[in-house]
Amino acid sequence: MAEKTPILSAKDVEIQFSLRGNKLKAIRKCSLDLYEGETLAIVGESGSGKSVFTKSFLGMLDANGKITGGSITYEGIDISKYTTEKQWRDIRGRKIAMVMQDPMTSLNPLKKVGKQIQESIELHRGVKGAEAKKMAIEMLDKVGIPDPERRYNQYPHEFSGGMRQRVVIAIAVACQPQILICDEPTTALDVTIQAQILDLIRNLKNELNMTVVYITHDLGVVANVADRIAVMYAGQIVEYGNADEIFYDAWHPYTWALLSALPQLGVKGQDLPSIEGTPPNLFQETKGDAFAPRNKQALAIDFVKEPPFFEVTPTHKAKTWYLDPRCPAFERPENIRNYKEKIRQRG
Amino acid sequence: MAEKEKLIEVKDLQITFGSGRKKFVAVDHVNFDIYKGETFSLVGESGSGKTTIGRAIIRVNPTSAGEIYFKGQKINGKISKELDQEVIRKCQMIFQDPQASLNERAKVDYIISEGLYNFHLYKDEADRECKVQEALHEVGLLPEFASRFPHEFSGGQRQRIGIARALVMEPEFIVADEPISALDVSIRAQVLNLLNKLKASRGLTYLFIAHDLSVVRLISDRIAVIYKGRIVELAEAEELFLNPLHPYTQALLSAVPIPDPELEKKKKLLVYDPSVHDYSVDGPIWYEIKPGHFVYGNKKELKGYEAIVK
Repeated sequence: MAEKTPILSAKDVEIQFSLRGNKLKAIRKCSLDLYEGETLAIVGESGSGKSVFTKSFLGMLDANGKITGGSITYEGIDISKYTTEKQWRDIRGRKIAMVMQDPMTSLNPLKKVGKQIQESIELHRGVKGAEAKKMAIEMLDKVGIPDPERRYNQYPHEFSGGMRQRVVIAIAVACQPQILICDEPTTALDVTIQAQILDLIRNLKNELNMTVVYITHDLGVVANVADRIAVMYAGQIVEYGNADEIFYDAWHPYTWALLSALPQLGVKGQDLPSIEGTPPNLFQETKGDAFAPRNKQALAIDFVKEPPFFEVTPTHKAKTWYLDPRCPAFERPENIRNYKEKIRQRG
Repeated sequence: MAEKEKLIEVKDLQITFGSGRKKFVAVDHVNFDIYKGETFSLVGESGSGKTTIGRAIIRVNPTSAGEIYFKGQKINGKISKELDQEVIRKCQMIFQDPQASLNERAKVDYIISEGLYNFHLYKDEADRECKVQEALHEVGLLPEFASRFPHEFSGGQRQRIGIARALVMEPEFIVADEPISALDVSIRAQVLNLLNKLKASRGLTYLFIAHDLSVVRLISDRIAVIYKGRIVELAEAEELFLNPLHPYTQALLSAVPIPDPELEKKKKLLVYDPSVHDYSVDGPIWYEIKPGHFVYGNKKELKGYEAIVK
């Protein structure tokens, strides 16, 4: 991938929130490259900063949040320096769009769904009236809503959860963005609908030639859709690589913990390995590896010095001292070493 | 299976909402037994009526036909006040959304002891406090949490409070309505482990309602698959995963994401189409195709299923 240039490149991004006079460091020097046409998944537990990080690409941080360091380069411009809404409006929706988690709250309940799609088209694509309406109906059809002419005139409460999520996706892709960010698009839906929505996003991605970023905590979803995976913990990306590399050859202890907690690896009658403890308090400076206090196999140096990224393969890097040549001999957990066999045993 | 004690028996259950022209049959012809000490799971998509069944058992939703028995006594419809009180005490529920199911304005101490207050299940104030502490301890929370409000806790902790609230009544039977779907993967494991631990230490019986089949397989003894208010298949957990017979069960299983990129890319997604059944001439029946494995279908389909089983 060395010859590919990223379409969006975040470098050492730092984001702070001020809460009652205290500073909360939500994102601590996080770097990420996004390549054209790929599907990247960002995985982590709630509070790890995965939503905040991606929201900063669209200037959608809450009023008390600020990018305090680093740069986000998109189309040759450092968008992290944008200050006015006017600047953001060129990007948000038009070039980078977002699908939120909850389809119940991301639609306006008082407006017909067709109008909501039309609104986005009129705003971003410079067409008005009947023509925009025609495009909105086309969009409804494209996201797999049957009978789009009639559905155009309905309100969100007349749609089921899965259908509503389709409308939200229609709004997001209506202006043909280059990058589509999906923030837990299927968490509120049940399995059968989830599979359909993932399929829909994949088809739209191929058809419209988009780059897709998924944010999720469910590794099952990730395996289905992602080309690359970035694992995030306490405001930092701790490991990233191609999907196969993360699943079959994980190196960061946090990735191990996430994989081991999967019910598919569980044995009936035995406890499922869970991650003990809680994520670190981000009001305080974190010393060393942020995951060390929850890691039973932590090395002494983990508590003192923050590890740099070590290369496993040219596409796979992990931020852990385990990969340092000076690291004492150790074994990765059995479930991780034999991940493939363990998953397949249960067929 | 005759030697196992039946804790809950559901016979020909029907639940309807509304009346007259607006009548809607949410659950129809549902039959199952739950044995003492087992985890029985109901799986199905949203709107299939699984929660409605759970709520009918704890007497929240009225039933319109059929019977529900708890330890051999009929508990649906009109029953005596004493029995009603017993059912309320012995059958507890854990809810899906820990954000919505706890009273925001009450302290944890009150939330947990509300049931005790209602039934005067304590000798004096000290006894009540002791019971609350015990329940908190059992779900892995600290004693000082009793004086805090729900918003001070994380999702996993709130779910534990919900479990403590159910436990303090010393129930025998717990309806767990999607207790983990609102939780993160790592916390999910903690709550599941807790439920399993309590099952062993307290001899609890669970009715587990879920749509996530990977979790269901891990924790349940038997699974019933429900579609549009009807149970279409019922079997022991491993049996259901190895030999899914009904097309809806197969579709449901195919939709479960596998956390393995290679397998996942090869997997074919099945979509259930109810029109594959032709029930116009040959009506469907609820049939035990092999011991413990029930499926819903007409004669022709059952023949096909039988061939698969053999």
